[in-house]
Amino acid sequence: MGAVLRREWGAYFHSAIGYVFLAVFYLFSGFFFFVYCLSAHSTDMSGVFSSLFTVLMFLIPVLTMKLLSEEKKMKTDQALLTAPVSLYGVVAGKFLAAFLLFCTAVASTVVYALVLSVFADVEWVVVIGNIVGIVLLGMAMISIGLFISGLTENQVIAAVGSFAILLLLMLMDGLVSVLPSFLSFLAPVLEQLSFNGRYSGFTMGLFDISDALFFVSVTAVFLFLTVRTLEKRRWA
Amino acid sequence: MIEVKDLVKQYGEKKALGGVTFSVNRGEILGFLGPNGAGKTTTMNILTGYLSSTSGTATVDGIDVLEDPIAAKKKIGYLPEQPPLYQDMTVKEYLRFIYDLKKLSGNREEQLEKVARQVKITEVYDRLIKNLSKGYKQRVGLAQALLGSPPVLILDEPTVGLDPKQIIEIRNLIRSLGERHTVILSSHILSEVQAVCDRVVVINEGRIVADDTPDRLSHTMSTDHRYLAKIEGPSDEVYKVIASIPRMKEAQLLAEREPGVYEYALETEPGEDIRRELFRRLALRNWPLLGLKSSEMTLEDVFLRLTTDQRKGGR
Repeated sequence: MGAVLRREWGAYFHSAIGYVFLAVFYLFSGFFFFVYCLSAHSTDMSGVFSSLFTVLMFLIPVLTMKLLSEEKKMKTDQALLTAPVSLYGVVAGKFLAAFLLFCTAVASTVVYALVLSVFADVEWVVVIGNIVGIVLLGMAMISIGLFISGLTENQVIAAVGSFAILLLLMLMDGLVSVLPSFLSFLAPVLEQLSFNGRYSGFTMGLFDISDALFFVSVTAVFLFLTVRTLEKRRWA
Repeated sequence: MIEVKDLVKQYGEKKALGGVTFSVNRGEILGFLGPNGAGKTTTMNILTGYLSSTSGTATVDGIDVLEDPIAAKKKIGYLPEQPPLYQDMTVKEYLRFIYDLKKLSGNREEQLEKVARQVKITEVYDRLIKNLSKGYKQRVGLAQALLGSPPVLILDEPTVGLDPKQIIEIRNLIRSLGERHTVILSSHILSEVQAVCDRVVVINEGRIVADDTPDRLSHTMSTDHRYLAKIEGPSDEVYKVIASIPRMKEAQLLAEREPGVYEYALETEPGEDIRRELFRRLALRNWPLLGLKSSEMTLEDVFLRLTTDQRKGGR
């Protein structure tokens, strides 16, 4: 796991992906920080975090698109899959590399909170709740992206596929409201699956353990599915 | 060291392997010979745990590759047909990664340097893999397989795409590796297998058609004696004389090699030696015999014959 993690981390910065991801994230989080906090004279950072949801939807697929698809295309998966390591270790290493880069990006929000604390009192509990929320959200999104990347050997398909799924998850609330009446029994199910609904609690300063568990479970399920798709290749 | 029993691999309707059985002894270099698509790579992929078999067993040093894949993989160094290289890494970074991935112990840099010297890549050690020539890439792939000095090396077409000098170098390297490792190498180049291997397994359409030493394989197949003779003299008359030799099965005039010197292909009944008789008859007529060599079957002939025979029998 450690070897895969180190290699993927290095690969992010050998190519432009790591820099582009960080730069774009910092650009938008800085922009939202300016709009919602600095120019609005507010210490409430919730607006920043809720807006970042959309940005993540675009950026996470960039982070995950080549994690597994490129291995398959370049046949480097032969080294990974014939090495004496378990598939769980390989998948965990890849996941953690993306997750750590994501955390590096999110860490910038701590700086913003510190800047605010110079001017006025910051509600630290809410800020921390927000950060935990976005970390959990990103974790779930990365696991979905990683899973999609394992299904194809084309980076672009992996990116577009992950983006489409994340967009669908975001639009889930809208979908619920237009459900025809004979499908209305699906509404409670779909509501439970709404990433937006689960995440908005955090941005309002509410820490609901069931929301946290939701994102952790989504991550676990998709990492497990990723391992299974790799396993399935052997049996194809 | 390696035991493969009744290995079957089915891709949907298509049977890639139809019951392959062979074994490799410790310290042996086994050549795996077959045309493209014969099932060489599939067999190797199953042995290394990259693919699973539909049925049958494969064990490495007594460990079943399906039951305990991690323990089996520890014993194997694998160079796939396309070396699994990360283009964006330097050779050093890549070998470090493989070292860590294989969870090897001991002094890392020391072992990396030893392998790098062994396959002669020290001069490109700090270069990006994507900028290396095909020959160097192949060697980095080989270095990757050699790391940790696994008892079994599985090399899938290790000399493909190399220039003649590199081919000879890699072959010598493989031969020297055979002293301390058990090696399986696949190839569709027969002279290569002949030059490097202790034993050859010929595979075609997912089945083993022969399993023997390279020399014996070509020897046992060349039961019929065939010769090429260069004779100076009028070709029609010479031909008549040759054709009249008892037990001559077939004589054929090939071409004029030098002014007045013709080459003939001669084939006798199996087990017959006509060389003395041929000399006497030519000497009697004062036609100099300028050259006589037996055209024993090469492995190429053996190979073609084995595979076409099987095809005829199979259909």
